[in-house]
Amino acid sequence: MLTNIQRTGLTLFLIGFALFVGSLSLSQYQLTDEVLTSTVKKEQLAGIQSATADMRGTVYGSAFGFVRDFKAAIAKLNEGYKARNEKDKIINDDYAFPVTKAASIGFFPDNSLLFFCLSLLLCVGGALLYIVPKNRQMPGIKNNGVFHNPATNRGWIGIVIGSFLIGFYVLLYFYPEYLTNWVLMFDPLSRLLNGGPASQWFVYGTLYTLAILVMGVRMLVKYRGNPYQQIRTVSVMFFQTCFAFLIPELLSLFNQPAQDLKNMWPLDYSFYFDYRLDQKIQAGSLGLFLLVWGTALWLIGVPVMTYFFGKRWYCSWVCGCGGLAETLGDPYRQLSDKRLVAWKFERVVVHGVLVFAVVMTVAVLYTYLSGQSALFGFLDSYSLRSSYGFAIGSIFAGVVGTGFYPFMGNRVWCRFGCPLAAYLGLVQRFKSRFRITTNGGQCISCGNCSTYCEMGIDVRWYAQRGQDIVRSSCVGCGVCSAVCPRGVLNLENDDESNRMPAINPILLGNDGIRVRV
Amino acid sequence: MKHIIIIGNGIAGITTARHVRQQDDTARITVISAESEHFYSRTALMYIYMGHMTYEHTKPYEDWFWKKNRIELVRGYVEQVDTDARRIRLNDDTWLAYDALVIATGSVSSTGNWPGLDSTGVQGLYGLPDLESMGHHTSNIDRAVVVGGGLIGIELAEMLHSRHIPVTMLVRDTHYWSSTIPAEEGELIRRHVRRHGVDLQLKAELKEILADEAGHVRAIVTTDEREIACQFVGLGVGVTPNISFLKTSGIELGKGVLVNEYFETNIPDVYAIGDCNEFRVPITGTDGSPRKAIEQIWYTGRMHGETLAQTLCGNRTAYQPGVFFNSAKFFDIEYQTYGTMNAKLAEDEQTYYWEHPNGQQCLRINYEAKGEGVVGIHAFGLRLRHAVCERWIREHCPLPEVLSQFQQADFNPEFSENYTNQLQGKGPLRKNWLQRLFSTAN
Repeated sequence: MLTNIQRTGLTLFLIGFALFVGSLSLSQYQLTDEVLTSTVKKEQLAGIQSATADMRGTVYGSAFGFVRDFKAAIAKLNEGYKARNEKDKIINDDYAFPVTKAASIGFFPDNSLLFFCLSLLLCVGGALLYIVPKNRQMPGIKNNGVFHNPATNRGWIGIVIGSFLIGFYVLLYFYPEYLTNWVLMFDPLSRLLNGGPASQWFVYGTLYTLAILVMGVRMLVKYRGNPYQQIRTVSVMFFQTCFAFLIPELLSLFNQPAQDLKNMWPLDYSFYFDYRLDQKIQAGSLGLFLLVWGTALWLIGVPVMTYFFGKRWYCSWVCGCGGLAETLGDPYRQLSDKRLVAWKFERVVVHGVLVFAVVMTVAVLYTYLSGQSALFGFLDSYSLRSSYGFAIGSIFAGVVGTGFYPFMGNRVWCRFGCPLAAYLGLVQRFKSRFRITTNGGQCISCGNCSTYCEMGIDVRWYAQRGQDIVRSSCVGCGVCSAVCPRGVLNLENDDESNRMPAINPILLGNDGIRVRV
Repeated sequence: MKHIIIIGNGIAGITTARHVRQQDDTARITVISAESEHFYSRTALMYIYMGHMTYEHTKPYEDWFWKKNRIELVRGYVEQVDTDARRIRLNDDTWLAYDALVIATGSVSSTGNWPGLDSTGVQGLYGLPDLESMGHHTSNIDRAVVVGGGLIGIELAEMLHSRHIPVTMLVRDTHYWSSTIPAEEGELIRRHVRRHGVDLQLKAELKEILADEAGHVRAIVTTDEREIACQFVGLGVGVTPNISFLKTSGIELGKGVLVNEYFETNIPDVYAIGDCNEFRVPITGTDGSPRKAIEQIWYTGRMHGETLAQTLCGNRTAYQPGVFFNSAKFFDIEYQTYGTMNAKLAEDEQTYYWEHPNGQQCLRINYEAKGEGVVGIHAFGLRLRHAVCERWIREHCPLPEVLSQFQQADFNPEFSENYTNQLQGKGPLRKNWLQRLFSTAN
């Protein structure tokens, strides 16, 4: 039951959220010469100016009409170039986003800072007012009503939230020109941090960090009785805020290549792309350090750390995707698919993505070093990398990975799509000290562990046999152990030799017979 | 082809079926249940009501598992067992012939004999029908009363509390769960339950249940003549073997189906396992401690099933339980027990008790007065390692040794407070800076 403070918090949050979303429609748009001069390349300016002459006098009430007319004008211009066989003049740059942003006029652009402060304050403050009073309940596992609540049982609230997230990611990746008002709002913060105007990625990064911080507070409150969960949550909050958000922004403030020092190939699939290599090489010794660091992280860091701690050292303590899943996504962890068929599907798909990422990167590096675009004569590195970026980087990691939280659980990307998780998982499965220990015969097969496993592992299958759990997908979040009502499960790093006993009997308590694995 | 019929798809019956199939590829196995189409975990009933899980989540095996393992599932109620003709009759009047019959029908809730028991809104909690009726009878009510403070009583209280229904718990004893645990532990649980806002009344007994004109419970009266208005009464006063359908079968019955240590009844090829059986001669565990003639515990049901499967596959095997163990949870406090832990200390035993200053965790070790060999360990709010506790008890490891090595038995999650240095009185609990930073005020 909600307290009055919580009701107030929820109301404030919803108002702030409505304000934030509603702000997208608050601008008017007018194309002027100044707008074009400030956004368009000099050699293309004259062409675009004449092509968009019709728009000049119009004040558009919405971004839709403005973007439609602008894109039509550019398309028409390009058709003309094509007809006159002036291929070199064809405009391939996507001007829709910067032009729309610059063309915003009226009340909103003049007061965007006010909207920024008001909506974020209401959202963050309201959310905290909703979350923090739960502190007054007794600590302990409180999943009461999870499957009665339409927000967390794939009910109507879940569908609304999921649809919103999917829509948000589609706009973010493919139609940022409709999000320009948010970008305007974030300009002051961006200038403060990195000295330049905001992009849609800056907006996304800030919102992402805020989501992890606010929902991280929720985790800290929810798991008050469980130090492992609390420390782990502080860890993901820290790495997101400092490593993913602040340090890259400050690096670019000092004109250095911006890099998230904890992100690594192959999750960071563009790490070895030509432009990022060039950027680092030009940046001198710092750039060289970043190159060596990023390579050592996956080449040495992953095997060594995963050997000692399991893949959890990354997936549920450090990683940004994992951080969002463990905080914003925590309310949805019970929605992962536990069926055997889902596990079979997962193994094919996630390792398939890993192979794709490796092949794509090899091809890109081949092109970089040799200047040839085709590897073995048929693998075109440019089309490989663009299809990877589209299918995996945008659709899978973003739209599906986060948008499907309320439908398929909070680890859709990590489980089915992340090539780094697949790589970490291979190490964890075959060479690691990490396992989830089952406590003798104490399992009552209740199913809480399997239900709340975000990776869809049927933990109970092992626990009720008294068998330790060694699975490549396990991210070591520790929630199975937390929700177990009988103290059966424990995350442990121990000697490798007793990790997968193939001969020892596994059920305790019955001396009449010996049951073997 | 041998046809094994198992009546009951609970943990005992299903374990039998699975273990028979593991060893015998040809036997025909039929499992009959009136309650549910598939095996589900009875221990998780409370979590369905509380919304932690749905019924689907409580099934330990996916639905395809049974067909793949050729375990035939029959939905029906067995009305008659004809041991002469070696066949059984279901409620739809079909007859099934068996070569071996396993009775694994579990329990039914005990009800007592209070006036007003037949009022609507009065029930126990054992199976899916109970869960459904509880959901139905507890919507929009002002107060519920739970009678009995055992393991089902505490589950009922937690379930109702999770739906924000004020709960009064009537417990007959002078301290909580006095049949099983000493006074200190009883007090620890009482404190915890009351902190949740549950009105736990000790030395309180039900006298009668009052119903309104529609026959729905409206209040209860205690033996000291207090009337408590309520719209639901949950009975947690124990369970009894579910054997009424066997009365005319010729199978010898006591409180349960009488069996020897091979689970054999007086009729050849008829066996009884799990909650519903009763040993003619009580079994002694391999650690030398006596076991109850009727042991209604999830784990023993599973062990019965494992053992009987051996016999059914031609390897006649006696039931030989090892060191006793059990577990439960009282709201947020987990409980694990190993070996012999009586509520009242035996004469030749001594006890060691440690309680955390927070009053929510404790550990008790009972040991022999002579030689200090440990006979039993239980813990509240601490997780212990089963294998280690079992070894200590089996080997009668002396108390000082156990205390000095207690780290080995610690099964608490990583970063939990290290309490083991406290056990030997080595100074106060030390918290590291991280633990201080995140510790909860208790």
